[in-house]
Amino acid sequence: MTYDVAVIGGGMVGTAIAYGCAARGARTALVDQGDLSLRAARANAGLIYSQGKGEGMPAYAAWTRHSISLWPTFAEAMASVSGRDIGFRQRGVLAFCLGEEELETRRALLHRMHNQIGGPASPVHLVDRRELEAMLPDVRLGERVAGATYSPEDCDVNALPLLRALYTGFLAAGGVHLPERTVGRITTDGGGFAIVSDRDTVHADKVVVACGLGIPTLAPMVGLHAPVHPVRGQMIVTERLAPMLPIPGSGVRQIREGVVQIGTTMEEGESVPATSVADLARMASRAAAVIPALSAARIVRGWAGIRPMTPDGFPIYQQSPSHPGAYVAVCHSGVTLCAAHAGPLAEAILAGRLPDNVADLHPDRFDVHTA
Amino acid sequence: MTPDLIIVGAGPAGVSAAIEGRARGLAVLLLDENGAPGGRIWQALEARGAKDADDTAALRTLGEFRASGADARWRASVWAIDPDGTVFWSDDRTTHSARGGFVLLATGTTERPLAIPGWTLPGVMTVGAAQIALKTSGLVPSGACWIAGQGPLLMLYAVQALRAGGRLAGILDLSDRGAVLPALRHLPGALPAFADLRKGLAWRWEIARAGVKWIRASDLRAEGDGALSRIRFRAGGQDRSEPADLLLLHDGVMPSVQITRALGCAHEWDEAQRCWKPVTDAWGVTSNPRLLVAGDGAGVGGALAAACAGRLAALGAASALGRIDAASRDTAAEPLRAARARYLASRPFLDALYAPRAPSLDDNTMVCRCEEVTAGQIRQAAKIGALGLNQLKAFTRCGMGPCQGRMCGATAAEVMADARGVPLEQIEPYRTRFPTRPLTLGELAALDVGT
Amino acid sequence: MFTRPDNGSLTLTFEGRTIAAREGDSVAAALLANGIQVTRQTPVSGASRGPFCMMGACFECLAVVDGRASVQTCMTAVRDGMRVERQNGARGLGTGA
Repeated sequence: MTYDVAVIGGGMVGTAIAYGCAARGARTALVDQGDLSLRAARANAGLIYSQGKGEGMPAYAAWTRHSISLWPTFAEAMASVSGRDIGFRQRGVLAFCLGEEELETRRALLHRMHNQIGGPASPVHLVDRRELEAMLPDVRLGERVAGATYSPEDCDVNALPLLRALYTGFLAAGGVHLPERTVGRITTDGGGFAIVSDRDTVHADKVVVACGLGIPTLAPMVGLHAPVHPVRGQMIVTERLAPMLPIPGSGVRQIREGVVQIGTTMEEGESVPATSVADLARMASRAAAVIPALSAARIVRGWAGIRPMTPDGFPIYQQSPSHPGAYVAVCHSGVTLCAAHAGPLAEAILAGRLPDNVADLHPDRFDVHTA
Repeated sequence: MTPDLIIVGAGPAGVSAAIEGRARGLAVLLLDENGAPGGRIWQALEARGAKDADDTAALRTLGEFRASGADARWRASVWAIDPDGTVFWSDDRTTHSARGGFVLLATGTTERPLAIPGWTLPGVMTVGAAQIALKTSGLVPSGACWIAGQGPLLMLYAVQALRAGGRLAGILDLSDRGAVLPALRHLPGALPAFADLRKGLAWRWEIARAGVKWIRASDLRAEGDGALSRIRFRAGGQDRSEPADLLLLHDGVMPSVQITRALGCAHEWDEAQRCWKPVTDAWGVTSNPRLLVAGDGAGVGGALAAACAGRLAALGAASALGRIDAASRDTAAEPLRAARARYLASRPFLDALYAPRAPSLDDNTMVCRCEEVTAGQIRQAAKIGALGLNQLKAFTRCGMGPCQGRMCGATAAEVMADARGVPLEQIEPYRTRFPTRPLTLGELAALDVGT
Repeated sequence: MFTRPDNGSLTLTFEGRTIAAREGDSVAAALLANGIQVTRQTPVSGASRGPFCMMGACFECLAVVDGRASVQTCMTAVRDGMRVERQNGARGLGTGA
């Protein structure tokens, strides 16, 4: 059979798009690798987060905020389709600052971004130490905490139940999951595409290449261009603790189950998902500087995940100029943008034209122009 | 501190490697979580004293180790090893590290989980746990104590408990009667280890003579309100129910692969023992050339075989470090290899006789004790696309608790394999990561040197 | 249950009650020797749990020892005067370090 859409890549980005297509009635295949493929989706802190994102790329800032505006409705749909709480909360996000210098750097960033975007001010503000203490009554802050920035509209979700809900929703909408396939080739096939894997060939009218670090090999076969490289992110997870942190922080967040997630790192070029003691120690030290009582918490897990990163850190979306119907989608913030990927992006792919508000996220921006 | 050889674990393999390494002039650092050498099999033996010839021989080995000049650190909990050979450990809230020329893992085994309905109730423990309580604290079972499962350790513990004055209500043999015939095929090969086999028969006889009921059973469940009070099982075509306040489960042991997995070492599937083990060469070297594994952690073979493997690994390390030449290494290795082969002779017979059975768990049986994930939830995850234990973890939190999958990995893989209709070895096991022991955030932060 | 002829001369308290222990016992073994099977309630469902593997692998025997939470009682040697309490549900960070 020929599918309407084949999405390559079962991570957070691919699954969201596949779910969005299937939920809109398209016959959709999700072509995926095996249990051990490098899934950034499984190494995610679950923040739905606009703070400080998009300096130098207003379109990314706007696309991020658009996705956040879609999230509450999307979260309800995800909870209902999977029949379980996915931990979505809109309670804002804090970015803790250690020392006046960090607070000043953060203040300058927000100021630059405010001027860049114009229009309605980005809803982020500085909170000083006293305000922060009032917001976190059960936490004694470390003495170096000077304050934080707070984005009240930002949210958080539990990334793993979200991924599970996307799979459940995709299958419930009639989507076909084709795992344990490593795609080696994409070719044109009549009016559509043939996706050739080590197991079989899948035929589809449209193809979405959303396989993260696998993109640079596959995308050029259908005239797409998306340079990505690996970035390792490590995290620390504590034992389940009694609730103490009512607002998630960037780098220190307590999830519904009670565990506190600490991190993350961004290590350019690392492609082995292993933890390193030096990096874990640095993250632990910072978390203990923010909340000294965390020193007594036991670590139950270290995490390491490999994430795809574009040269400027912003997402890439493109429809192939030479092979219409072939798309590429990659980003570093698959959770934040999940609602947009499952919603407007999926809808646009089915309609055959990417949304105008991602036009600036086209890979042409990487072409070298010399004056 | 830069020892030539860092040994993790002071069981037969670890202490033997330390003795051999010191004899070849290596600076040896040995780390163990317990307060004294011996590992599990010789646990607290120095304190207990010898009761038979095996104990006497073991005590002699422990004495040689004590006199060897190896730097031993007790209550040292190893939680990370960097690929360059740096070992990190904690003792009483303080973190330490040392980089070794070679790191030898002699971390032995953990018991294969035997998941039954109600196995999380207080009062349900493992046979290995009861044996540790006996060896270290002289605790013996009394009253309504049942032992259930299969394997040599089960019988050995029953005998030890009875000799120490314990009382058992009965033993529920959950082994597969059908396994006896295929096992007989391996019997001739096991003859060099005839003494071992005779010991097994003697244990069985001793248990019978003590009047302990030996019941072939299936469908075992533990029940109770907040703690074990009753067991139910099927035997002789009937459903039976017995009062119980202690139920000891056992289904053999498996290599501990937490550290070799976290280091990304190559592993291979052992079909006979239905478990994964690190790939090692004749000197115990894994796919990471600095990391060696010796003893049951590289495949279950028992204490004496482990002691030989420990010595072989130390010889290999001494030769690689240039302390002995290859010829003297090989000369010293030859009798060790011969002895090891003799000790391993009965393994194929025992492995076949006590072949672990694929569990048939009902949906409500808890598989992951930490995160409280049931067999039914695992089957559901398989249905929505989980292929192996790592996707399972993402979908259900199975294996995400403090034990890091030690208690659920084997069972979860069985349930998954059955649900997907694929062979067990096709189920990808958990990718473990350091820290492999739960140190506190403060202990870890203490290692931050600042930037 | 477990028993032994001599429960030793060290004393510790469990939930305020004085119990005897022997030099060389782990905390978990001392509790078992006194008929105590429950050391905690899980933070997931509140179910009661107690020592299971006795070798530091299962993390079922966690308890609060001398004010320090999440201590593996099977890997901790008894000391005279030790205070042991059940760890009920998710621990807080308020007490001890």
